Amino acid sequence: MTTAPPAGPGGVVKTPRGPDLPPPARRSAPRARRGLLRALPVSPAVVLLALFMAGPIGYCAYIAFTDLQLTGQAESSFIGFDNFREAFGDERFLNAVWLTLVFTVLSSLIGQNTLGLALASLMRRASKPVRTVTGAVVITAWVLPEVVAGFLLYAFFRREGTLNAVLDFLHLPSQNWMFTLPILAVSFANVWRGTAFSMLVYSAALNEIPKEITEAAEVDGAGGWRRMWHITLPMIRRSIGTNLMLNTLQTLSVFGLIWVMTRGGPGNRSQTLPLFMYEQAFQKSMIGYGTAVALLLLVVGSLFSLVYMRLLRTEV
Amino acid sequence: MPVTKSAGGARAPRTPRSRRRKHRLAADAGLLVVAAAFVLPLAWVVLSSVDPKADLRVRLPDSLTLDNYDKVLTPEITFTPLLNSFLLCGGGTLLTVVCSALAAYPLSRYRSRLNRPFMLTILFATSLPITAIMVPVYALFVQVDLIDTMQGTIFFFAASQLPFAIWLMKNFMDGVPKELEEAAWTDGASSFQSLLRIVLPLMGPGVAVVTVFSFVMMWGNFFVPFMLLLTPEQMPASVSINDFFGNKGTVVYGQLAAFSLLYSTPVILLYVLISRRLGGGFALGGAVKG
Repeated sequence: MTTAPPAGPGGVVKTPRGPDLPPPARRSAPRARRGLLRALPVSPAVVLLALFMAGPIGYCAYIAFTDLQLTGQAESSFIGFDNFREAFGDERFLNAVWLTLVFTVLSSLIGQNTLGLALASLMRRASKPVRTVTGAVVITAWVLPEVVAGFLLYAFFRREGTLNAVLDFLHLPSQNWMFTLPILAVSFANVWRGTAFSMLVYSAALNEIPKEITEAAEVDGAGGWRRMWHITLPMIRRSIGTNLMLNTLQTLSVFGLIWVMTRGGPGNRSQTLPLFMYEQAFQKSMIGYGTAVALLLLVVGSLFSLVYMRLLRTEV
Repeated sequence: MPVTKSAGGARAPRTPRSRRRKHRLAADAGLLVVAAAFVLPLAWVVLSSVDPKADLRVRLPDSLTLDNYDKVLTPEITFTPLLNSFLLCGGGTLLTVVCSALAAYPLSRYRSRLNRPFMLTILFATSLPITAIMVPVYALFVQVDLIDTMQGTIFFFAASQLPFAIWLMKNFMDGVPKELEEAAWTDGASSFQSLLRIVLPLMGPGVAVVTVFSFVMMWGNFFVPFMLLLTPEQMPASVSINDFFGNKGTVVYGQLAAFSLLYSTPVILLYVLISRRLGGGFALGGAVKG
């Protein structure tokens, strides 16, 4: 694989990064072969991605339109949009869509995003030890494996758990959170687990705001909130967009956390789309139907993904 | 800066300083409240793991014991699942790093019309919800007989992590000046040799970030092995931890806590290691900045 481009005329003359001009005389065949040789190192990645990512996505788009079931592969047949029609008439599906929406808005848009920004901006003013301790605690919650986080918050929200102990101590009414408000409990769990990411993104963004600008505003007598609203937020709006998008995508596909805490229950009161999909495909053996739900999830995810790429478009 | 200095200097110096101190106290208080709320579940797992009578509440144990660890540290409860985790995540990470480094090299070094569309596709793939394709992956794996095999799961792990790894690796590689390779080229080194001997060593921290990040993501992943593996003996820790709940009878929370800590330790150590070396808040924040 000696595809090293010929060095410049003077040997080590600085050739700026750019097309290493092939003489126009010998084009076509050798050039095409060199292009192929150069592309060779990309091929393992492309093969893996084609087989294990693009393949399943294509397969997903296919079986979503069949009535494939776990037992007896032979009798699956093409049924058009029936799965989707069934889904939109299915109360349990609509419930899952609604809960996914609640879960995403509460935990990602409101929870992780706002808390992350609040932490990042408080950290700029706080004293060093407090900043370090808080950062370490919040990041530890993020680094822990998903299932462990699920268990910790399961213990936290259970009737005999820590939250009720704290409420008792404060003489506030306690209750069985996982039963009365399961979707709220899992949303808080997701906030606990995911805030660190927003915090890191916003810390980086706030660090890039030139100090002069905030100082100038301070001198002009702008208070904290006004500075936040008129200066800080507009200046980090790109980071806000990126962060919201990534948080939302991440939250849309949360499975383990909810599975460990509630299994989607009680009943189906915390059953978001991924859990609904799993239940249909495996516990009810309706692979076709489950995949149709998966395809909808994938389409929503792709839309968010496209918006995210627009936000980043200058950087590619 | 000089502009603001004259304006700020004209004021009485005491007021801003005391106000700043008040601000700092307020910020400290706010952060400590949040930290306290965040630390409670963490405190539970640490305290329960050494508490002989652990339940679901955070409390200081009456006496300390290592019994929980003792009970958990057996081949079938801890060692086999952790070994499986290491095999799966180690294999997946190795594959991811090798493939992404190879792929990043031409993308970073040669110009081609295909680079931009390729990178855009990669970026698009980084943010697809993997959860959503697990049902078709399962169906596919059943048909090609990869279901319940370690290698199948490793391949899928690698594929799911590759887009982000390629993205990161290419950006890090762009930071290595091309001029450094040219001397090697004139000496007749192939591009593979120059990738291996010159580029990768120079972007050591970048490779470390990709490695650690891939490993941590796979280590914590529950859904992929949960779907693709069936035999209990092959299950990694992320799935086997559910067995503490599976059997009838009461859950021994102390043992669950001890196991959770054992299982979490490698990723926490890796994170500490890499953030020490790279300083502050992980290069990840920079990698995804908008």
